[in-house]
Amino acid sequence: MSRTERLGFPAAAREALADTQLRRNIGKATQTIRAKRAAVVEELDDWEELREAGRAIKERTLRHLPAYLEQLEASVTAAGGRVHWARDGAEANAIVAGIAEAHDSREIIKVKSLASDEIKFNEAMAARGISAWETDLAELIIQLGDDEQSHILVPAIHRNRAEIRELFQRTLAAEGEQVTDEPAALAELARKHLRRKFLSVPVGVSGANFCVAETGTICVVESEGNGRMCTTLPRVLVTIAGIEKVLPTWGDLEVFLALLPRSSTGERMNPYTSLWSGVTEGDGPEEFHLVLLDNGRSDVLADDFARQTLNCIRCSACLNVCPVYERTGGHAYESVYPGPIGAILTPQLVGLDEAGTLPYASSLCGACYEVCPVKIDIPSVLVHLRGKVVAKKREKRLDPEVAALKTAAFAFSTRGRYERAQKLSRGQKVLGRGRGSVPPPLSAWTGARDLPEVPTQTFREWWRGRANGHGGG
Amino acid sequence: MRISLFITCFNDTLFPRTGQATVELLERLGHEVTFPEEQTCCGQMHFNTGYSDEAAALVRRFVRVFADEEIIVCPSGSCAGMVRDAYPRVAEQAGDDQLANEVAALGSRVFELSELLVDKLEVEDVGAYYPHRVTYHPTCHSLRLLRVGDKPLRLLRAVRGIDLVELEESRECCGFGGTFAVKNPDVSTAMLADKIRHVLDTRAEVCSAADNSCLMHIGGGLARLRTGTRTVHLAEILAATE
Amino acid sequence: MPGAREEMMGRLRAALGDVPPEETPLDVAVTRDYDRALDMPVSDRLAMFAERVAEYRATVHRVAGPSELADALGEACERHGVRSLVVAVGVPEDWRPAGVDVLDDSALTHAELDAADGVLTGCAAGIALTGTIALESGPLSGRRAISLLPDLHLCVIEAEQVLGTVSELFERVTPGLPVTLISGPSATSDIELNRVEGVHGPRRLEVFLLD
Repeated sequence: MSRTERLGFPAAAREALADTQLRRNIGKATQTIRAKRAAVVEELDDWEELREAGRAIKERTLRHLPAYLEQLEASVTAAGGRVHWARDGAEANAIVAGIAEAHDSREIIKVKSLASDEIKFNEAMAARGISAWETDLAELIIQLGDDEQSHILVPAIHRNRAEIRELFQRTLAAEGEQVTDEPAALAELARKHLRRKFLSVPVGVSGANFCVAETGTICVVESEGNGRMCTTLPRVLVTIAGIEKVLPTWGDLEVFLALLPRSSTGERMNPYTSLWSGVTEGDGPEEFHLVLLDNGRSDVLADDFARQTLNCIRCSACLNVCPVYERTGGHAYESVYPGPIGAILTPQLVGLDEAGTLPYASSLCGACYEVCPVKIDIPSVLVHLRGKVVAKKREKRLDPEVAALKTAAFAFSTRGRYERAQKLSRGQKVLGRGRGSVPPPLSAWTGARDLPEVPTQTFREWWRGRANGHGGG
Repeated sequence: MRISLFITCFNDTLFPRTGQATVELLERLGHEVTFPEEQTCCGQMHFNTGYSDEAAALVRRFVRVFADEEIIVCPSGSCAGMVRDAYPRVAEQAGDDQLANEVAALGSRVFELSELLVDKLEVEDVGAYYPHRVTYHPTCHSLRLLRVGDKPLRLLRAVRGIDLVELEESRECCGFGGTFAVKNPDVSTAMLADKIRHVLDTRAEVCSAADNSCLMHIGGGLARLRTGTRTVHLAEILAATE
Repeated sequence: MPGAREEMMGRLRAALGDVPPEETPLDVAVTRDYDRALDMPVSDRLAMFAERVAEYRATVHRVAGPSELADALGEACERHGVRSLVVAVGVPEDWRPAGVDVLDDSALTHAELDAADGVLTGCAAGIALTGTIALESGPLSGRRAISLLPDLHLCVIEAEQVLGTVSELFERVTPGLPVTLISGPSATSDIELNRVEGVHGPRRLEVFLLD
C-alpha cells in the first residue's frame, strides 16, 4: 500500500473518508480510549501539576540538549554500553546492520519503535539480507500483510478479526491447521510463532521511551511482554533512540511514568516497564549499543517556538481526541507520525515541500492541546508552520492565495476601503446564489452547504441610520 | 456602564441582526453602547492562515481604534479569543515590546457577550422571552480559549418560554475552522454531518451558539439537507422579548 | 561513523543559539507540585494495593506469615498443575512450597526456563496507587529471564515493601540495576480493541501479600 508520491492531505483524506471499515474501527477505538483516559485522569487531583512538571522538564532538557547527551553517553559507557551517533536514518541503519553482521546474525527481533519506522529500518535490513522480525502483535499483523500502520498505539486498528484470521491462516498456520477468528486464538498463534524467535535470535533491537542522562538508563514501556523478551533474551541488544528522548535524572522518570500510561492506554500503569543501564553481568544481554538518532530533530530544535514539538512522549492522546484523525485515520497523513502531533512533527522532519498540506489538516479546535501530557501548544505550532508555508508562497510570483489575502488586508486597512468592499460584496450578489454556481475556492463551501444571502444593510449602516433618527432595523 | 461594541467584520457584513440584537439587549439592561466606526477586522483569518505580517497591521489598527475603550463587548467567541489569546503571539512574532504591552492591557478589556453579561454585568436573567425549542453548541474558541464554561447555558436557562435541550457530544468541533472549511472541505463536511446529527437528535427548532462563523457552517448544512432546523445567534435569543 | 558526533553536537549548539550562554539547566524552573506520597494509613494503602493489582486480573492473596504463605503457594501450584517451579536464588527456604520440583535458578538456560511450569520470586517494592510490582535484578527478584519465560508468575511482596506512589518507588529501587515494573499479566488490545490476556509474558500472575 505504500505510495512513492504524496497525494497531500486533502486528497488522501478524501479517499480515507470513504473507507467505511476504517471509520468504524478508528471511531470505536478512539472513543473507547478517550473514555478510559478521561476516567483515569479524573481520578488524580494533581494531573495539571504533573503536566506542568512534564513540560518544564522537557523545556530544561531541550534547552541544554548537548550537555545532557554528553552526560548520557558517559553514563551508558560507564555502565558497559556503547554509544553511536547517527546523523540520519541511513547511518543508523548501517550501524545496526554492522552490529548484526559482526555477530554473524541474519536475523533481528525487534520491539515496536516509531523511530525505526521513521528510518525504514526493516527495509534497510532486508536490503542487506537481514530479516527484522516485528514482535508486537499489531506490528506483526502489519508486517505479514505488507501493510502500513494507521495509529501510533494500535497500528492495525483498521483491520478486523476476519482479515487477521485470513492473514494468519496464510502465513503462520501449520499445514492443515484451521485458524478461528477469536482474538484469543489469534493471539495464541502469534505467541507460539514468536516464542520460537525469542529463544533463538541473538540480536534484539528496541526503541526507547526515555533515556536517563544521569544514570545511563533506558526505559521501555509496553503491554505484551515482547519488549521484555527482546531486551532480555538476546546476547546483543541495540536501542535506537531519537535524541529528544533524553531526560535529565532518574527522579524525573516519576513524572513521565505517571503521565504516559494514563495518556496512552488510559490505564493507571501499563503491564510492563523495563529499565536497564548498559550491561549487567549474569542478567540479560552481554553487549548493549545505544544509537542516538538526529534525522531532522536538530532542525526542529532550531526553531525556538516550534521546538516544543520535541516534548512529545508518543502517548497518542492527541490522536484519540482529534475530530479530523477520527474520521481520516493515520494513512491520510502519509507519515509515520499521524494526527495532531504528526501535523507538526512531520513537516519539520521532512520539510514543507514534502508535507506542506499537513499544517492545514486541522480546524484548530484545540482538543489536542487540552490532553497533551507535556503541554505542546499544537494549535499555535500549526499556525506558526502555516506562516512558514506562506513564506514560501510569497517567494513565488503571483500566488493566488497570497494575492487574495493581501487584497483582503488592504480592504481592511482603512474604514473607507472596508466600507467600499462591503458594498461591493453586496453588489456582486456572488454570495446570494446559495447553490453550486460559485467559483473556487467558494465552491468548496457550496459543495455541501448553502450560503446565506448577503443582507441589504450592514450593521454600521443600521447604526448610522439609528443615530440619524431613522428607527431600528 | 459605557460599553463599546466590537462587531467583527463577519457580523457587520453578513449578520448585522446579531449586532443589532447586542445593542438592543445592552440598552434594555440600562447601559450605553458606543460603536467606534473606524474598526474593521481583528486579523483572525490572516493570522490563522499564516499571514502574520498582514495580521500584525490589523492588530496595530485594532489597538489604536479601541485604545480609549474601557469595556469592549464582542458577539463572537473566536474574535474575542483572537484578541485575548493570539494578539500577544502576534506582538511576540513582530518583536514589538510596546505592542506586546498594549495588547496585554487590551486583553482584559475585551469580553465575549456571555462573559460580559455574567461576569461584568453580573446578570443571568436578561428579561428575554423566546418560546422555542433550542439547543446550544459551545464552539471551540469559547470552550477552550476563553473558557466561558456554562455561562451561555445559564443565560439561556433564564429565558422565559424557552425549551432548552442538551446537545450530545457538544464539545466536538463542528468542522468550520475558518479556511479549513474550504481547504479540507471533505473532512469539514464529515465533521459537520455528525454535528448536524446531534442537533437533529434534540428535535430542536433552533441551534444557537456565540459564533456566527460556526452557525453559518452548521446552518448551511441544515439548510442544504432541508432539515427544518435553523440557527440563531445567542445575542438574538437574549434580545428577544414578547 | 567518524565525525557524526562532532557534527551532531555542532548542529545542536547552533540550533540553541537563542539560549543565553550563561544559562544552566537548573536555571530552567521545574515546579514539582504533584503529589509525591499517598496520605493514608498503612492498612488503607495495603488494601488499595491489593484491590488495584486484582483489577488487572492478577490473583491477589493476603497471607499472615511464612507457613501460611508456603501453603498458599502450594495450593496455587496445585491449582495450576505446576510440576516444575523455578525459584529465584534468594527466596527464603520457608517460602518454598512442598509438592513441586523446585529448580533453583543456577544459570538455567532459556530453553529450561521455557519448559518450566511456573516461577516464584520476591520483589523489590510495590506501588499502591497504580497496583504495580517492581522487580530489581538480584537474589530476591531473580534475573529478568526467570520471571519472563514461564507462563505462571508467583510473586511475594511483604507489607513494608508496599509504597504509595511512583515517586516513592524511584526513591526505593536502585538506578543502574535492571528494574521491571509489572502491572498485571501480559495483555494486548490489538485485535479490534478486544483486551486479550497474555501474548508473551506470563499469562497468569498471582501476588501474595505477606502481612
